[in-house]
Amino acid sequence: MSFLEIRNVVKKYDETVTVLKGINLNVEEHQVVCLIGPSGCGKSTLLRCINGLEDITEGEIRINDDRVSGAGVDVNRLRRDVGIVFQSFNLFPHMSVLDNITLAPRQVLRLSKREAEARGMELLKRVKLEQKAKSFPDQLSGGQQQRVAIARALAMEPMVMLLDEITSALDPELVAEVLDLVRELASEGMTMLLATHEMGFAREVSSKVAFLFEGVVHEEGPPEQIFGNPTEERTRGFLKKIIEAGRM
Amino acid sequence: MTDRESRFRAPSIPRDALPLAIAGIVAALLVALTCASVLWQVREALVATKNHTGWMDALLIVVGVLPLALFIPATRGLQLAIAARRSLWRKDLIAARVLTSHSNSSSWFSLGYAVFALIVAALVWFLIANNVAVGSTFFNLPLIFESFGLVARAFLTNVLIFTIAEVLILVWALIVAVARMIPGKAGQPIRLLSTIYTDAFRGLPSIITIYLIGFGLPLTGLTAPLEEFLTRTFGLQDFTVIWAIMALTLTYGAYVAEVYRAGIDSIHPSQTMAARSLGLSFAQTMRFVIIPQAIRRIIPPLLNDFIGLQKDTALVAVIGTIDAFNQAKILASNRFNLSTVTTVAFLFIAITIPQARWVDRLLERDAKRTRGAK
Repeated sequence: MSFLEIRNVVKKYDETVTVLKGINLNVEEHQVVCLIGPSGCGKSTLLRCINGLEDITEGEIRINDDRVSGAGVDVNRLRRDVGIVFQSFNLFPHMSVLDNITLAPRQVLRLSKREAEARGMELLKRVKLEQKAKSFPDQLSGGQQQRVAIARALAMEPMVMLLDEITSALDPELVAEVLDLVRELASEGMTMLLATHEMGFAREVSSKVAFLFEGVVHEEGPPEQIFGNPTEERTRGFLKKIIEAGRM
Repeated sequence: MTDRESRFRAPSIPRDALPLAIAGIVAALLVALTCASVLWQVREALVATKNHTGWMDALLIVVGVLPLALFIPATRGLQLAIAARRSLWRKDLIAARVLTSHSNSSSWFSLGYAVFALIVAALVWFLIANNVAVGSTFFNLPLIFESFGLVARAFLTNVLIFTIAEVLILVWALIVAVARMIPGKAGQPIRLLSTIYTDAFRGLPSIITIYLIGFGLPLTGLTAPLEEFLTRTFGLQDFTVIWAIMALTLTYGAYVAEVYRAGIDSIHPSQTMAARSLGLSFAQTMRFVIIPQAIRRIIPPLLNDFIGLQKDTALVAVIGTIDAFNQAKILASNRFNLSTVTTVAFLFIAITIPQARWVDRLLERDAKRTRGAK
């Protein structure tokens, strides 16, 4: 039994469009698993299915041997344990940075204001933004906003973090500060599943890499194998294009 | 130089500015004559109605001199147009273009204000026409001053009605709007109910809702216990105000619910996704994330509906509430003069303008707070 088990997951939109066609993937505790693959292959959809933002059509998802997909699942409970960070940050623009972070701990975990803010300041210190606690999201750079979004997800003390192409919307010079933070989380043993186009980063931090293609896991294995010696034709083709684009 | 090059470099010769400048001068002349003639008629009307005193002549002369200021931009336009022609003769194309442009600008300025002045003169002429018939019908100053206290006091009824209705609407419309967006199959009956309500009350003319509720409800006798309660606790005798508030809340609640819904819809779904992903429930997401952002966006259309509501408080006259309009109508029919209704008109305008400015300030301040550099 793995910590996170994805079994034969199928996701259809309107009966006609099938995005996920039977995904099988296991994530162990303290593992960092990278999802790579061409755009439209279903990476983001898979991540959104895991914390119930999307319903799955077939198959099941289990966390800690408890089924977290299908009817009757308390999604609000599930989402406390499964944090997600989005490509476009999605901070709440009408709230200060600190309020963004403390909203869920106060409303969902019912922490007192003082407790939540103490925890929030600690997290801000960790992402090196404690000076920006009173600022509003629109006053921050993209990299800073994404670091706040990570802090916001961490404030719920999740068991697993899902990172959905969190550097894709950033200017190149801001990517490093966000990746450094993820690297730190990985070294602390945070279980993470991340969709990414940063191949060098994926190679460096991941315990396992899964190549998604047309809605299935086409090949998976340790990063040295996937990047150094991929067995599948499609994986080789995809990586070749990445190298040609100068992204690896 | 090749043909092609020369075509591109052909200098553009400015159009002659003189005709427009002459039009400006003529317009200024026309305005001066019109104003003088209208002011003379005003003086005659004042003499005829025995309202004429010495200082009025001084005032009329001052007002009469004002339109002469139009000659300043008009002559400037003319001077510049002549200077532009001279530059053209000297083959100084660039100077000609600059002078023509300035001349046109001056001439249009004087023409624009000439139209403005002519409209004002026409309005004044309308007021004093037919032996000051219009003026005395709508602007009988002695009557306005004399009745102002009564009308203004009755206007407080309008203020009372719309203030209470606005508070109720803000809450009621939000409930209706959120009801219409409740997700899932289980929410379907509530969504349906909310849709039927908005369709019905947006379609109903508010005067009919006021009439039906104001006259109909008391007739059914169902409201008797409520009336008794209100008399006992507040000593209230006139219940029409209550029915008016109820009818206006129902009508404008439907409008404002749609405004709320548009505002909520305008918040990008990624905000809902982010909030739900943190474990917030639908209700918490609405309350802390979506509605606060939506409210900021809907303040201008909300003010629009509230101004509509404030004006519609004048409709309560149909169920016999003594509001400003009803009071003014009573006075108007006693004195056979509509000036009291003019007072009501000005009172409604006077309360609207500060609200609009206040909302502008509010939005500006919020924009500064969340977006200003820090």
